Amino acid sequence: MTQNIEAVSATKIALPRWMKDILRYVYMIALSFLLFGLILLVTGKDPIQSYRDIFSSTLGSSYGLSEVIVAMTPILLTGLAVSLPSRIMLINVGAEGQLYIGAALATWGALTFNTLPAWALIPIMMLLGMVGGALWAFIPAYLKSIGLVNETITSLLFNPVAPKIIGFLVFGFWHSPMDTNKTARFVEAARLPALFGTRVTVGILFGVVLLVGFWLFMRFSRWGLEMRAIGGNSQASRRNGIPLKAYIIIVFCAGGAIAGLAGMVQASGYYGLLLTNFSIGWGFMGFLICWLVAGDPFGILIMSFLVSVILTGGNLLQITRGVPYSIINILLALTLFVVLARPTFTIGRKS
Amino acid sequence: MDIVNFINDPTKMHIRTLEAMTGKSVPRKAPVPLFSLRGISKSFPGVLANDSIDLDIHASEIHALLGENGAGKSTLVKILYGFYRADTGKFLLNGEPIQINSPADARQAKIGLVFQDFSLIPAFTVTENIALFLPELKSVLNLNDVEDRIHAISERYHLDVDAGKLVANLSLGEQQKVEILKLLLSGSRVLILDEPTRVLAPHEVESLYKVLANLRSDGYAIILITHKLHEVMECANRVTVLRRGRVAGTMQRPGLNESTLIQLMFGKTLDGGIRKKRRNTQSGIKPLLSLQAVKTLDDFTSVGLKEIDLEIFPGEIVGVAGVSGNGQRELSDVILGMSACSQGRKILFGQDATTWSIRRIRKDGVAFIPESPLQMAVTGWLPVIHNMAVTRPWIYSIWGGFRVNWQKVVADAKRAFAQLGFELPNLFAPAGSLSGGNLQRMTIARELAYQPKLIIASYLTRGLDVQSTLAAQKALVESSEKGIGILLISEDLDELFLLSDRLIVLLGGSIVATRLPHDTNSYEIGHLMTGSKVLHDPKH
Repeated sequence: MTQNIEAVSATKIALPRWMKDILRYVYMIALSFLLFGLILLVTGKDPIQSYRDIFSSTLGSSYGLSEVIVAMTPILLTGLAVSLPSRIMLINVGAEGQLYIGAALATWGALTFNTLPAWALIPIMMLLGMVGGALWAFIPAYLKSIGLVNETITSLLFNPVAPKIIGFLVFGFWHSPMDTNKTARFVEAARLPALFGTRVTVGILFGVVLLVGFWLFMRFSRWGLEMRAIGGNSQASRRNGIPLKAYIIIVFCAGGAIAGLAGMVQASGYYGLLLTNFSIGWGFMGFLICWLVAGDPFGILIMSFLVSVILTGGNLLQITRGVPYSIINILLALTLFVVLARPTFTIGRKS
Repeated sequence: MDIVNFINDPTKMHIRTLEAMTGKSVPRKAPVPLFSLRGISKSFPGVLANDSIDLDIHASEIHALLGENGAGKSTLVKILYGFYRADTGKFLLNGEPIQINSPADARQAKIGLVFQDFSLIPAFTVTENIALFLPELKSVLNLNDVEDRIHAISERYHLDVDAGKLVANLSLGEQQKVEILKLLLSGSRVLILDEPTRVLAPHEVESLYKVLANLRSDGYAIILITHKLHEVMECANRVTVLRRGRVAGTMQRPGLNESTLIQLMFGKTLDGGIRKKRRNTQSGIKPLLSLQAVKTLDDFTSVGLKEIDLEIFPGEIVGVAGVSGNGQRELSDVILGMSACSQGRKILFGQDATTWSIRRIRKDGVAFIPESPLQMAVTGWLPVIHNMAVTRPWIYSIWGGFRVNWQKVVADAKRAFAQLGFELPNLFAPAGSLSGGNLQRMTIARELAYQPKLIIASYLTRGLDVQSTLAAQKALVESSEKGIGILLISEDLDELFLLSDRLIVLLGGSIVATRLPHDTNSYEIGHLMTGSKVLHDPKH
């Protein structure tokens, strides 16, 4: 049946859709790199050498690649956290806050149940992280479902509150004897296992599994069908008897739960402790990635990888070439700009 | 070339004086048309909406553009008024070629359009609305001057409206008059009216015809877009019939003839209409639906229902008449569960359903066929087959809901279409790509597929061509014969009289009257709809 659908859409356009999509991404990435190259040239750096540095340092060695995966882990999850609600036309700008609260609850678990073995403690922390993120998403979702306030604004405004709560908890109760702004190191049982002796943790597997599950769910399940119907026409779907309010609350909270899981993964895997203001904007980066690829699960995978390459390579560029790190933000902004401009390759449109 | 010259054409004045003196009409020579289209074509992806259309509009005529929905009338009007640009073809004004690339160009050429959905600003008074439209509006407004001009023209053509009133407080019929006044004051000589009677009650239609006749005799050219034959027969003196984007033929009065027009419209004669057996209300049966003193809250966009009492019995078609916006949407929403009753009770199939969810109400056997399926019934970019499954996904769930049994959906869809005698559309095409008629057929097939006990059909045939209308009406009548109760909301009084066993009239959110179709007529219903007390003599 799905083949039939593809056949229908394929009759309208010459190239297969996936090929068009890939072409589009390649084109956009090339364009943004070209623009960035110009900027490097203007500032007196050799763009070709800089690019070679970026790519050889990240993709050229297994260590570099592992660092890219480390950087990719949280933004893959937060991208997914934004993508899930976007399927029913909800805009979750609150992944950053949800990530903080998820990390906080997971940390509470790590500190409270520190005598448990890893096979029990890790699932408890994951669950707590997801509950935390879902709780933080619940208020915007509930207000949206009763038709009071737009979820975009509330979820955004909830973001700066969350780090303050973490600050209150860490400074007030959880800080280690040595430092005031972080907890003591978690016990070994509360650390996510690392893979292949690198800094990569199983967190990346959570992301990939969730991503594939999300895709299968949307495509094949009954609930995926209902969500796609809501996403295309929420009013008609309501009239067709789809419980819109329930979907708004459940799906938005599920997005929050994934962001909360990202917080748990960072606290337990990346840092091994809870630090105030520990996120470098992972929630917002996930938002960016999700909307760059219009919420497409595999697009999120590709785009989060690419962004991670730029971020990791940028670190190195700063050291070897004396380029200020903020120039990497310019490259990210250029990518965003090019994607939003939505260049097309079709020469001359059919009217 | 100036139109005014043409209008003040001395020979013409002479004819008119002659007419005035003798009281007889004088045959006129065919002059240069006021406005002509030559070879207008317009295509949209996959559709040739207009195919080399030639059209001559003369002064002093009511020229009807007749055609079923999708024949290309609306596209042609939009080209005329500069909304669309024609792919090929040209316009001639008094024989001279002109360009119309925007509504501003059209107004420059003194072509005016009365929109189907009016373009007035509700928060402004009539005078302000009209002043806003005038081309020579001064920086410092002199509204008194505008008002004087409104009075002069409205008296001349019996377009009586209170110029000081807010448009928000006007009825639709009055708003239409304001639209016409607007064009007259801005100097339009060609008036295009797009389905003008759609929003009017019968007595308002008559006064519109009178206005049009007056305008015609003063030299205005009027283009009347319609798909209703009887309107054409009543007031047009030239008819151009469009079929599938082409001019199928032009007829002139005298010599207008209904059956020839039908043949031109459809390319064949239609088989007979619906025959409905009247049903006698039996006593002792429980109603399927009973609304008891139901109220809903009103907000800025809707009227609230006020103390609605309504019962629908098995096999009964209850027609709801009313000018749109008087609570029809709210009535169907409250039955479906879209909006909550703020007071009162809703009994469905013998159970108190006041607080049931929409899904529960649908599951128990309420079907809903809305007026604009693309907005209210389907998700446009999902395939037809997905839209068929979406009202009852649980019956197609396998693996506990993680897969959907599409074979079963396809089989059910095929059966549903076959039962109604509808042609099966491409089930895997996006629903939004179906034409209006096919989309409505899809909705009807879906809604009737699961043995409903009660159908809410809201503006069932709005925007449908004649053949789709017949198919949809037939489906309803057959359902009612099977014992299904039907609430039929319509703005087409002919349809209501044809199908209903009982008529209710909605006005301002209340049921103001209940009538049996054979005990009343469209004039009485029209007055009840508009709340006007003056009884109007249909002969007058």
